[in-house]
Formats: sequence, C-alpha cells, structure tokens
Amino acid sequence: MCLAIPARVVEIHADDTATVSLGGVRKQVSMALIEDPAVGEYVIVHVGYALSKLDPAEAERTLALLASLDPTEAAA
Amino acid sequence: MKYVDEYRDGALAERVAAAIAAEVDPGRIYSIMEFCGGHTHAICRHGIEDMLPATVRLVHGPGCPVCVLPIGRLDMAIELARRPEVTLCTYGDMMRVPGRDRGSLMKAKAEGADIRMVYGSGDALRVARENPGREVVFFAIGFETTTPTTAVALVQAKALGLRNFSVFANHVLTPSAIQAILDSPEVTTTGSVRVDGFIGPGHVSTIIGSAPYDRFARDYRRPIVVSGFEPLDIMQSVLMLVRQLNEGRHGVENQFSRAVSHGGNAKAQALVDQVFELRDSFEWRGLGTIPDSALQIREGFADWDAERRWQLRYVPVADNKACSCAEILRGVKKPADCTIFGTVCTPENPMGSCMVSPEGSCAAYHLYGRWRDMEKRA
Ligand code: SF4
Repeated sequence: MCLAIPARVVEIHADDTATVSLGGVRKQVSMALIEDPAVGEYVIVHVGYALSKLDPAEAERTLALLASLDPTEAAA
Repeated sequence: MKYVDEYRDGALAERVAAAIAAEVDPGRIYSIMEFCGGHTHAICRHGIEDMLPATVRLVHGPGCPVCVLPIGRLDMAIELARRPEVTLCTYGDMMRVPGRDRGSLMKAKAEGADIRMVYGSGDALRVARENPGREVVFFAIGFETTTPTTAVALVQAKALGLRNFSVFANHVLTPSAIQAILDSPEVTTTGSVRVDGFIGPGHVSTIIGSAPYDRFARDYRRPIVVSGFEPLDIMQSVLMLVRQLNEGRHGVENQFSRAVSHGGNAKAQALVDQVFELRDSFEWRGLGTIPDSALQIREGFADWDAERRWQLRYVPVADNKACSCAEILRGVKKPADCTIFGTVCTPENPMGSCMVSPEGSCAAYHLYGRWRDMEKRA
C-alpha cells in the first residue's frame, strides 16, 4: 500500500481533483494536498492523492550527478 | 514511464556500483538500515544487494504499516466489521493479516461481514455517500505518507455533515520508530543489530520533509540519506552514506530532491495538524509500546472517530510463537532465519504480517526468491 508513483497532470477539475496520466493510464486523483497544481506538471500519487510535485530541474540534477561518476578517478 | 525508467538504467547502476566498490574501506563493515518497506521491496526486486560489496550490508527496517500494526488493533477492526450496521472499508493488504485465533478480515468477510477493499480514503467516503443507511468505517493505517489522505477525508466528511462515515485511526510516526530502533538494547548494548546509517523513507519525507531527521543525525551520530525508490536512487544513497561514513560525518542528505524538500509539504502538515493529535502511547508489533508514536483524532472531529463512536478498547494479543516478525521488524533476524519461512508461511497462507504486504520483508524475499541467494552465499 505504500506504493507511490509519478504521474503527469492532464486536466484539473473544479472539485480539487485532477485527471493524471500514470504511464498512459488515466486516473482521477485528489489534489487536496497540492498547492496550485498545473497541467503538464508531474506529481507523486499515493492511494488516490497527489502527495507532492516533482521538480524537473532537481530530477535532471540527480541524473547528471550519477552520469558524472567516474569510478576510476574515485579509486585513485 | 518518465521519472521511473531513467532511474532504472542498468549501465548507470553499474557505474554507481563500481564507485561504491572503489570507495569502500576494505577493512570496514558498512551496516545500513533502510527504514521503509518500499525500499526493502525495491532492494529485493532489483537485486541491489548483489550489486554491493560484501562489506556493505543492508538491514531491513520496520517501515511497513501493515507489518507493524499489532494483532490487538486488527482484532478491533474485525470486531467492528462484525457489527451488523457496519461496512468496513480497508486497504486490500490488511485482508489476509492473521488476527487472534487465526481470524482475519478475509475470514470475517466470508462469514458475512460487510467488508470492502478500497484504494484509499476517498473511495471509503464515496461508499458512505452512496450507502446512507450503513455505518461506513474507514480502517486507516499508515505512516506520514498516508495520514494526510485520511485527514482530507475527515475534513470533507465534516464539511458535508456526513454522519454515517467514521475513521478507525492507526496512523503511526516514522521518527518515533527510528528512535525506538536506535534506543533498543540490540543496538545500544548487545550489539546484535548494527546500524551505521539510514536510508531514509522518501515518500514519508514528501510530507514531513527531511528536517525531522536532523535531530537523529546529530544526537545519535548516524548519517541519514533520504532516498527515492528506483534502483539508481537506492544505489546513489548507499554511495552517499559510504562517503559520509568514510569522512566521519553524520548529516542528513537528500537524494530524493526531485520530490522532497527540507520543510516538506506545508499544506499536508496543516491538514494533519487540524485533524490529528499525538496519542499518549501506541503498541507496535516488534517495537513494543512507544510513547507519542501514533496519532488520534482530535476532539473537534470526535463524531467521525470510530473508536469513540463504538467505544472500542485495545486488548494486547501476543504474536504467534512460531513467527519471527517481531525480530525481523527490529532488524535482528532476516526472513530466512524464521523456521517456517516458505514452508508453513507463504504469501498464500501467511502466518505473520511480514508475509502479507508486498513491503514486508518476508513477502519481498519470497516473491523475488532472495532466500535462495542467501543460501548460496552462506
Ligand atoms: S516467515 Fe512468516 S511466520 Fe516467519 S517471520 Fe515471516 S511472516 Fe512471520
């Protein structure tokens, strides 16, 4: 039950809910925990609620950090 | 899937593995506890332990809400579900957890109790609105990740004046469990559990932020890295912990910065605070009774509190003697150390809670056949 997955906000509805796309599968989830959600943003979804927004810049930064790892250098 | 696939790149994982192998001090053991059951599951699923040097050991922690709920609390839910006027809405994972005398919600349902599996609190609220003649109770469990979702349902129920809805609250707090582990005799005196650092629960921290761990890192001198759940996230977190330990540092670092901030989700925290307050004490399976370690519904929402409505009383029940869940939750034992693991106790016929939820260590080991590897290694 602890599973939480990233989803893209597709459409925002009036009742504090939004339609999100979970890898192509559409689902209506609650946005009650999110400040100012916007279409196109990514959120982490858990038991039918968006928990937080995903920060694309931070996501890139993490990947860049991983890609820059040079094990041979670390061994030296 | 975006924000998933990139963090499963095998070639990158090998680079991180090589960096870890190159940076570990060969004369030293690195004993790292992943608190969260979601991490345990991912570690088993992706074979993370096989990518790590033998000196880096992962100790599985108690962060599985289904696993830590004691039998006595489950029995309260079963008792509620048996009342003729009640419709009990529960997360599916709770259905097969064994209660007292081998009872379970599944069994109660087979015997006629009105029990429905729901995906979350929102579904339970809908069941209540669609069935005004029924007393609909939501069996709420979970750590800080799930608590705000229960809070939202309670606020909505009050706003709607929905009188046939209530919540049986069993929400527990991560920092209390971390503290219980660090204060346990196994860690402090006997040394049978060694925790040099923590992989911190990422989803919990989307809500509470990384700030609540600052205190542990400082007072207990243990580094904590809040981590995402994909294999690259976990590998990178291990590397960050190895580096802190090598340098003699014990800070809180945030690997999951794409979703977690230092302060967390303020809107969610305010909702939780509006609805819940600290419970004086709560019994956890494996960790015992811990003061201020769980939440209860505030007076202002008393009309929606199932414990008050039916005056439910908690009666502690001892675990099945053959089951080692308690030791597994404290990190003292691994699933294969349990004599009935995989024989008498299987996911189809679980004897303990750790075999039920996918985040439970026994279920994760069983599902991905990890015990065979352990036998090979031994
Ligand atoms: S294998 Fe089953 S009985 Fe043994 S500890 Fe795990 S859940 Fe309990």
